[in-house]
Amino acid sequence: MMTLNDDQRMLADTVAPFMADEGAIAKQLRHWRDTGCKDGFGHGLWKQLAELGLTGILIPEAHGGAGLGQVEANVVLEEIGKNLTPSPFLTTAVAAVRALQDTAQAERWFPGIAAGVTVAALAIDEGKRHDPTGTALAATRQGNGFSLSGTKQFVVHGGSADVILVAARTAGSAGEKDGITLFAVPKDASGLTIDNQTLTDASKAARLTLDNVSLDADAVVGEVDGGWSPLSRALDAGRTGAASELTGVAAGAAEMTFDYLRQRKQFGKLIGEFQVLQHRAAHLYGEIEISRAAALKAAQLLDGGDDKATLMVAVAKAKAAKVARLSVQEGVQMHGGIGMTDEHDIGFYMKRQAVLDELFGGQRFHAAEVAALSGY
Amino acid sequence: MSDPDAFRADTRAWLETNCPPEMRTPMKGEKDVCWGGRNFEFQSEAQKKWLGAMAARGWTVPDWPSAYGGGGLSAAETKILKEEMAAIGARSPLTSFGISMLGPALLKYGTEEQKKHFLTQIARGEIRWCQGYSEPGAGSDLAGLQTKCEDKGDHWLVNGQKVWTSYADQCDWIFCLVRTSTESKHGGISFLLFDMASPGVSTKPILLTSGYSPFCETFFDDVKVPKDQVVGEVNKGWDVAKYLLGHEREMISGMGLGGSGDALGKAVGGVEDALLRAEIADFDVDSLAFAAMSERFIDQLKAGDAHPAFPSVMKYAGTELNKRRYELMMAAGGSNALEWESEASRGGKLAREWLRTKANSIEGGTSEIQLGIVAKHILRLPGA
Repeated sequence: MMTLNDDQRMLADTVAPFMADEGAIAKQLRHWRDTGCKDGFGHGLWKQLAELGLTGILIPEAHGGAGLGQVEANVVLEEIGKNLTPSPFLTTAVAAVRALQDTAQAERWFPGIAAGVTVAALAIDEGKRHDPTGTALAATRQGNGFSLSGTKQFVVHGGSADVILVAARTAGSAGEKDGITLFAVPKDASGLTIDNQTLTDASKAARLTLDNVSLDADAVVGEVDGGWSPLSRALDAGRTGAASELTGVAAGAAEMTFDYLRQRKQFGKLIGEFQVLQHRAAHLYGEIEISRAAALKAAQLLDGGDDKATLMVAVAKAKAAKVARLSVQEGVQMHGGIGMTDEHDIGFYMKRQAVLDELFGGQRFHAAEVAALSGY
Repeated sequence: MSDPDAFRADTRAWLETNCPPEMRTPMKGEKDVCWGGRNFEFQSEAQKKWLGAMAARGWTVPDWPSAYGGGGLSAAETKILKEEMAAIGARSPLTSFGISMLGPALLKYGTEEQKKHFLTQIARGEIRWCQGYSEPGAGSDLAGLQTKCEDKGDHWLVNGQKVWTSYADQCDWIFCLVRTSTESKHGGISFLLFDMASPGVSTKPILLTSGYSPFCETFFDDVKVPKDQVVGEVNKGWDVAKYLLGHEREMISGMGLGGSGDALGKAVGGVEDALLRAEIADFDVDSLAFAAMSERFIDQLKAGDAHPAFPSVMKYAGTELNKRRYELMMAAGGSNALEWESEASRGGKLAREWLRTKANSIEGGTSEIQLGIVAKHILRLPGA
């Protein structure tokens, strides 16, 4: 059934008012931006999310989490998207948790994540484009462990993370899934330089330089040369989550825009009376519904361990990126001049959409995935 | 439902025994569709046998009550039946506007006698129905219809003209919107059923750009109709009409799914042109995402939490998608696809279908009408 069950509805009913209040733009995004916060999010909110049981949403109950699935994580992410609430929920509680699950590293990091005191980041991209199979950062055997050298970028929350999951190449060559190994690198590892950058949407992502970073063999997440397994789990979860967050961004921007159409007067009329705007608004509404359904479908397939999940994940991420872009562009345009000001919130939606589109692969990356997975 | 696994096993066994092998192959075209009705000529014994077997079990309309010729299945059982049919590639035993449009309206608004009589005939494929909605002066502004229906005491007398009546020249009966009062636009419409063999009914096919004539002009000249053939109350036919339109829009939106469920890029074979390939991939994203919304919508309907105006969202998205699909198929076909009569082009099959899709966003209410409905009933925009 592609409808939420009672428990999932209850979760939505709890999270929606919480994000609208505690996670509101004025209280979080705008506040942290304007106070120059180095993390781009509030640790207080991260702790509150933990108290609600959300940071451990995907962590098994045996590790102190809620043991829920992607559908539930997406419920939270859509509300985060609607309110542009900055937090490490997507990177840490969703993507990193999925990478760490069922590995020897889980016990070490899950309690802190569930308690809202640990932040984890993923270091995948090495160039300006997302290309996980192209991972080239070298990890060479050194005694009982490994030595890592190379660079990473677009490491979201990399400057705030206690641990960074770094994809490196231990065998094969760039372009191959085999031969990638995922390492858990502590933030204070010797030889690791973290260059924290502010992105367009005021969130933070780091460029990393690893210069002979020495790691013990137990830093390996999963199997040596078999890092694609935890990495693809993280990517599936992160992309599906990002699709829901983008759907939330689209819905939040659209709600603001539809309200404006109901209030703003020109030519002695409410501008929402003009058919040219009504039709564009109605088109946008339908697209957001499609985006939401695609994200839900991807989440359900992931939770069910279905073979077709990866295709639907790519569909959901590409669709959500398109729809969110449409929503923020229509939003700014229909708001007119006020939409160009920093004072109005609609512009924040446009900035967030741009970052989330690129995260874990942009619209065109995922359209190409759809083609490849469909056999053409 | 008693036991889903047992029901699935029973269904599978029954289909294995009763679905003829010829009915497990993909339909090659319109001629393989079983429409039923008094004038229908079965293409094969297998087609006839398959309809007979399914109708006897009520499975032409699995979720209708068994008292009206249906299978009396729950939503979950209906889903299992459809899955099992899909698994063996079973063709739909019966396609009709009686099933997809009139049936749901009768179930909601019909009298007990009407339901027993008409629904049972529909379920067995005995009567083929057409839809008398649009008129030359009432297209998008459907409620402006003028076909006159006078109360003559012991019967109704109908005079006027309908247009875009699908397959009127092959149908047995018509469900028709008529004007029973001129005092109110929406409040003067009634929903009438009558036999197309009645004296005074005539039809004239309309030749379309595709070279086919799926639609007719339909004329009523002093047609007498029995008094008990109004559905719902007199002058309250607009409610029935709108309810039926919701079902029509659902049905039409199904074309957004494109049949096979395959990605278009795979269906058209190798696409060497990089730009076209990119456009097709972009289309497949939209198409597969739309399929997810379709699946969700069906579940929402079953759960009773679909917005009443949501069929408009489905219809708009599905038909615009289908038009795009055919534009891309034509592009992929290149000049081969332009041959109108050749054997290689199977008589211009693709080009004719491509032209036919242009009606998708017109019939059942234009895209613009659907957007207006969404703006008004879902977004509640001012003045919509």
